[in-house]
Amino acid sequence: MDGLDDIVEEFLVESHENLDQLDSDLVALEQDPNSRERLSSIFRTIHTIKGTSGFLAFNRLEEVTHVGENMLSRLRDGELALTPARTSVLLQMVDTVRSLLTSIEASGGEGPVDVSAVVAAITAAMEDAPAAAPAAVPTPRTEAAPAKAPAKAPAKVAAKVPAKVAAKAPAKVAAKKAPAKKAAAATTRRAAAPAPVAEHAPVPEGQPEDTSAVLEETSREPALDHPEGESATADGAGGHARRAVADSTIRVDVDLLDELMLLVGELVLTRNQIVQNVARSTDTDLIRASQRLNLIASELQEGVMKTRMQPIDHIWSKLPRVVRDLGLQCGKSVRLEMEGRETELDKTLLEAVKDPLTHLVRNSVDHGIEAPEVRTAAGKLAEGVLTLRAKHESGQVVVEVADDGAGIDPARVGAKAVERGLITAAQLERMGPQDILQMIFLPGFSTAAAVTNVSGRGVGMDVVKTNIEAIGGTIEVESDAGLGTVCRLRIPLTLAIVPALTVECAGDRYAIPQISLQELVSLDAEKAANAVEEVGGAPVYRLRGELLPLVRLTDVLGLTSERHDGHVVIAVLRSEGRRFGLVVDRVINTEEIVVKAVGGQLKAIGLYSGATVLGDGTVALILDVQALARRALRTETTDRQEAREAAAHHAAAEADRQRMLLAAIGGGRRVAIPLDTVTRLEQVRTEAVERVGNREVVQYRGAILPIVRLDRHLGAYGETDREVLEVIVYADHGRSVAIVVEEILDIVDGEAAVRSDIDDLGLLGSAVLGDKVTELLDVRAAILAADPAFYNAPPAPAAGVAPLTSDGVATSLLEV
Amino acid sequence: MTASIDTKPRAASGQLATFRLDGDLYGIEVEHVQEVLRSQQLTRVPLAPSAVAGLINLRGQVVTAIELRERLGRPARPEGTDAVVIVVRLDGEAVSLLVDSIADVVDVDASDFEAPPDTLEGQARDLIRGAYKLDGQLLLALDVEKAVSA
Repeated sequence: MDGLDDIVEEFLVESHENLDQLDSDLVALEQDPNSRERLSSIFRTIHTIKGTSGFLAFNRLEEVTHVGENMLSRLRDGELALTPARTSVLLQMVDTVRSLLTSIEASGGEGPVDVSAVVAAITAAMEDAPAAAPAAVPTPRTEAAPAKAPAKAPAKVAAKVPAKVAAKAPAKVAAKKAPAKKAAAATTRRAAAPAPVAEHAPVPEGQPEDTSAVLEETSREPALDHPEGESATADGAGGHARRAVADSTIRVDVDLLDELMLLVGELVLTRNQIVQNVARSTDTDLIRASQRLNLIASELQEGVMKTRMQPIDHIWSKLPRVVRDLGLQCGKSVRLEMEGRETELDKTLLEAVKDPLTHLVRNSVDHGIEAPEVRTAAGKLAEGVLTLRAKHESGQVVVEVADDGAGIDPARVGAKAVERGLITAAQLERMGPQDILQMIFLPGFSTAAAVTNVSGRGVGMDVVKTNIEAIGGTIEVESDAGLGTVCRLRIPLTLAIVPALTVECAGDRYAIPQISLQELVSLDAEKAANAVEEVGGAPVYRLRGELLPLVRLTDVLGLTSERHDGHVVIAVLRSEGRRFGLVVDRVINTEEIVVKAVGGQLKAIGLYSGATVLGDGTVALILDVQALARRALRTETTDRQEAREAAAHHAAAEADRQRMLLAAIGGGRRVAIPLDTVTRLEQVRTEAVERVGNREVVQYRGAILPIVRLDRHLGAYGETDREVLEVIVYADHGRSVAIVVEEILDIVDGEAAVRSDIDDLGLLGSAVLGDKVTELLDVRAAILAADPAFYNAPPAPAAGVAPLTSDGVATSLLEV
Repeated sequence: MTASIDTKPRAASGQLATFRLDGDLYGIEVEHVQEVLRSQQLTRVPLAPSAVAGLINLRGQVVTAIELRERLGRPARPEGTDAVVIVVRLDGEAVSLLVDSIADVVDVDASDFEAPPDTLEGQARDLIRGAYKLDGQLLLALDVEKAVSA
């Protein structure tokens, strides 16, 4: 009975698809209960399942779908109104059907699934409807259709009968569709219906055994014919569209496809190898053949990749149901909107993002969107909106899960993080709201149930992040308190074959995925000596006026470069919105590489996203640019990083409208200090410096000023034996400190400065001022170094220090 | 078979593929061994654990190579001598072990098995399940799974 097994299999595959359709249809129907189109679609789907399950003798499945169909037919005919309760029982029916199908798939039989409860529930949900209940009749086939016509049954039977006839005698379909259509059209004038039905009904009903025999012959057809016949009665156009799609596609085993993909990968590698070798050859025939191979392999690769592409709607289609159920459960009203359903991505990736996406959606409904009364109180519509957006963007797929809920309060996330010991209160203070939000991805955040009190967003978010990063994607979260939250996933289009740049470093070759590559910069020794500058010990390159932090791959990997001629080759990379330059020994080539997973021992290193086999057969590691950026740009302790990020934004914003005082601090380093905080420039004789405890102070206009020596504070090497100290007097809140520098240089407008946030301890960033890279002093930190109580002690009278306007200072202070 | 089998290292009769390493004879279950290769070109992996000798290209598949000498805390292989690569398959994943030379496949009997001496120390203690007393020589049974989880 192999034939029958095939039929069952086909039936299962088709039914699962139908069920997904059903879920979204039902939820859509709830939004728009009057949509006859939806109702017809739902009816059609159930009917198809019911019809086939009857043929295949899955009695309980037939029983459930039959009752469901009855209810649907009455809904469609407008005899019943769709209430939430009825929608719920219908969904319950879908669930039962699904578990029956699962059981059939697993064991070949219907198993222990009990259907009586659902049948009773549906029947009960129909109870309050008027007149005769066809649900009570178990087998419609034995029912003489035209005989008793309680006005609604015929419509249903009329629909079904031609369908069966169609299965038996396809040639006659056309002829029979017409009356059927009339019958449906006549539902408003019901009297007309029985006539055509009576004509054809006896044919199939006389020989029920035959139908299964017919089914054997036309084994692929019945499932299709049913919706066909049915749709003819409901909406012909929709039915034809389905047929067309079904005819123009075939199902392919995923394993087979994976295998093909693997083979194509190998082919691409071999192609690379051949093309490389042939490039040295002089045999024109061979060269031509290799070019053709090149072309064909590329097209084949593209073709196979395309077969694996699926619209994201495949995973989205399940979400309306999730949102609906969860909304009901939480007592929230949520509308789901989807944009970009047709956006395609690789099947494997699609599967990989399914769970994270569902998780994010659940989070949004559960924690993001507020209860209706809260929303109304906040002046929003009672109904929350959850928006899914997908689009292609520069070789990636961007998927957003956005809600218009309460948003995440950074203060509470921060407080929680401190409470859980993930960061210290001091660290928190220096973090920007955006950085605080990202903490919801920390593993520690997900473990405690108590986190739900914060916002709940943290629950399992580390898992979501891990899963997304496992496929080379990224996740970021943005939130406006009170306005909503957006979670944005960036996912590569495909995993297996990626264009990459191969580079050499310390004699080894590495591959860098081109997706993160922006440009290449090559500097000869002379140019490199000038163009590569240092900010607080960190190398930077001025790329078209913008400072690009440089990371030497040799440093990251703990190797020694083999290049000693002073040449600098920079691959400009971008990751998570940050740009940096990776310094390599040389650039080899760009080629398509097949990504191979590396063993667990190497995954743990976290710098390699995989390995590949190059054209000459050697293995090359693929650099994980994200990890590289994270590691290289944040090697400094995190709190420093966080502190300066917060401060740098502030400083950068301020410096834009500030005039800056430039001062040398020794060792060729220059710092810029906002001029409006400077009250006076002074020279102090070294012997006037006195000590209080271990601090240096100087008497100044009747007050005692603590001294901060910038060169020591910033770790520069200033001259130590000077007779006269150049001092910048800084005053705030009535207190003053004296900042000692090596030399006062100039006053410039901060406005024109080109800025970067590379810096060192005690700095806020750096900028190009007066044509040289200048460090922006973190004045607050410098002052605290001299006078820890400066900002919180009560103002002490600082006699004689009168703040000057910056204009006044500009002219007067240089005379000092 | 004794009841205390749970606390004792596994001792089983069967076939072991044997190889030499720094003068000693080791064996691993023959069913784990996929193939044995001559010395292969290795791609080093910076920052990897010291026992990871590099990656090899096994007919298009990228396989991690573990330097067993390093793993067992033995001195490095003398200059100029090539390693032999034993490709083992564990949980569907191929990993390779670098050894000095390959020897015979030996039938062993559980009755000849003895747990490692208490004097065995260091990394080797975790990796050597015990020894089979062969004629005139000890065959050290290597725990492959532990050996590759560098």
